[in-house]
Amino acid sequence: MTFNRRTFLGSAAVTAGLLAAPMVRAQGKPRVVVIGGGAGGATAARYIAKDSQGAIDVTLVEPTRTYYTCFFSNLYLGGFRDMQSLGHSYGTLAAEYGINVVHDWAVGVDRDAKTVTLAGGSSLPYDRLILSPGIDFVDGAVEGWDLSSQNAMPHAYKGGSQTELLKAQIMAMPQGGTYAMVAPPNPYRCPPGPYERISMVAHTLKEVNPTAKILIADPKENFSKQPLFEEGWSDNYTGMIERIGPDFGGANVAVDPLAMTLSIDGDVNNVDVCNVIPAMKAGRIAEIAGITEGNWAPVNAADMSSKMDENIHVLGDAAAQGDMPKSGFSANSQAKVCANAVRGALTGSTVFPARFANTCWSLIDTNDGVKVGATYEATAEKIAKVDGFVSQTGESDDLRAATYQESIGWYDGIIADMFG
Amino acid sequence: MLARLLIVVFLGAAGISHAEVGGDAENGERLFRQCSGCHQVGEGATDRIGPHLNNIFDRPAGAAEDFRYSSGFQRAASGGLVWTYDTLDDFIENPRRLVSNTRMSFRGLSDQKDRDDLLAYLRQFSASPGNIPEAAPTAVAVDHEVAPEVLAIIGDPAYGEYLSGECTSCHQPSGATEGIPSITNWPADDFVVVMHAYKEGVRAHPVMQMMAGRLSNEEIAALAAYFESIE
Ligand SMILES: Cc1cc2nc3c(=O)[nH]c(=O)nc-3n(C[C@H](O)[C@H](O)[C@H](O)COP(=O)(O)OP(=O)(O)OC[C@H]3O[C@@H](n4cnc5c(N)ncnc54)[C@H](O)[C@@H]3O)c2cc1C
Repeated sequence: MTFNRRTFLGSAAVTAGLLAAPMVRAQGKPRVVVIGGGAGGATAARYIAKDSQGAIDVTLVEPTRTYYTCFFSNLYLGGFRDMQSLGHSYGTLAAEYGINVVHDWAVGVDRDAKTVTLAGGSSLPYDRLILSPGIDFVDGAVEGWDLSSQNAMPHAYKGGSQTELLKAQIMAMPQGGTYAMVAPPNPYRCPPGPYERISMVAHTLKEVNPTAKILIADPKENFSKQPLFEEGWSDNYTGMIERIGPDFGGANVAVDPLAMTLSIDGDVNNVDVCNVIPAMKAGRIAEIAGITEGNWAPVNAADMSSKMDENIHVLGDAAAQGDMPKSGFSANSQAKVCANAVRGALTGSTVFPARFANTCWSLIDTNDGVKVGATYEATAEKIAKVDGFVSQTGESDDLRAATYQESIGWYDGIIADMFG
Repeated sequence: MLARLLIVVFLGAAGISHAEVGGDAENGERLFRQCSGCHQVGEGATDRIGPHLNNIFDRPAGAAEDFRYSSGFQRAASGGLVWTYDTLDDFIENPRRLVSNTRMSFRGLSDQKDRDDLLAYLRQFSASPGNIPEAAPTAVAVDHEVAPEVLAIIGDPAYGEYLSGECTSCHQPSGATEGIPSITNWPADDFVVVMHAYKEGVRAHPVMQMMAGRLSNEEIAALAAYFESIE
């Protein structure tokens, strides 16, 4: 979803009508405003509303009416899911949990007055503000690419239309053509995501375009689950995938979206699809709120509160929290800790100690699932890793198939946990 | 050279001594009558209500050809459960501790001596001695049961509800079971037994071992109380 003028104008009228009633009802009750209805925000809103049983007034601000998950979007590229199965609406959160869902962009935060300004012009007062806006891209991260190039060279690193565009481009590749990916530097959303994507693109190409090539320019020495992916690539997609790491100039790239070229260390490659995943930063509203340091928003691990403002909490990808990877699972886990703390602060309910967990599944080929996970706790300084595991190379087919089945169960589980 | 020789001699000795300290196969045969309603073992044994038990030692769980296993068994099997002296010992002690929803309706043999005897009987029907563990696990009596005082802890459902957030990222409260089993409405005792089995690494699943690994006895009781209570 791009941040453009049409979205603002289009949503303004709808918003004005929606807001009137909840604002009146809100008086007297503590008010929580959540910005961003994704893995972090939807979970936080739902848990606060569910557990406070009406004692807290919860407003969720999210511009889109259907949230398309990034998780499993690679499976869509591989032909294992359809786009519809990745889309989820906010109807249950509004109807069953009494959350005021406002479809608009937050464009400003006044931390002194404790209000959020919406693109539609209205403003929302809060006692606690929760920000879970996901990511935006660092300007100028990849030479030759900016947001206006995303139609020619999609990132597909936000869900929905970008993912569909990328798939359409892959399907339209000439026989024997080249799919290129510019992989992002750390830290970024979903560490195994680009490499699961390579696997899924290879799976599709093997079926429809078996002589096609995949070229990855990667600024990182190593990447998540590398031995597992590399084993799978050489077993299943032999000779198809070439990855150029920093030793060979993988960090020194430039693109030309008009000429459809990718140059790596000065070598110009003509490519048919160029999936540019630039360096990332916290969703822009975090910066606008003035709670970022560098690209991310630092938080206290115990309750995910901003280190700059105790009335603001930051969840998910946007937060600089320590050891957790930026994943949907992590955002969901952090949201529950935050919800418990916010509810305690506003209603006096018991606040239990923070505990976090993450598991990320990836699909390499049909029924070939792998996973990596860890548990975490809050220290004074950061979210610190306690214990972890990762799938092994050479595992049995049965175990890999069971791991894939498990990931399907997880998807349904987290969706139910986010949207009710 | 000398060192290697010594090791060989030592292993040989351990193998022999295990055979000697192992259970009483004759008594095991008597105990097997409790099993023979469903399982056959020995020459000509075939699958009945339960799979045949020839060569059960070192066989991956759920691997008897043509036998239709329960979903709980299929799950345990895909998690890498292999029948060794230790895992068989655990399973016979309390089947549901190792495999949820197994159709094996057997309450278990709580006496270690009985289990040793039964296993001594069964292992005669496994290609021996190669695939029988040389070390003598029965030399150290491992207490696999959850201690009664741990089972007796009354969990705080409110704390359990908070902790359950760690479960519901994957396990759906609705009771859906695709890919990931349901844990809703589980009897609290079963819940506690199973979580301790993960915590001690008796059950194989890495995510669950990790999640259970850092839960205290009180926290497991709290979760059990909560999951038993929800609709
Ligand atoms: C290809 C890919 C595969 C992935 N696979 C996995 C996986 O298998 N497992 C996993 O756990 N994670 C996975 N992830 C990562 C996961 O998608 C993210 O980590 C997760 O969505 C982060 O949650 P969040 O709440 O921080 O942000 P998001 O889920 O992105 O939600 C942010 C929301 O905020 C809204 N928003 C932004 N700005 C504003 C504003 N100003 N006003 C109002 N609303 C705003 C956006 O519209 C969006 O809906 C994957 C990601 C990608 C790209």
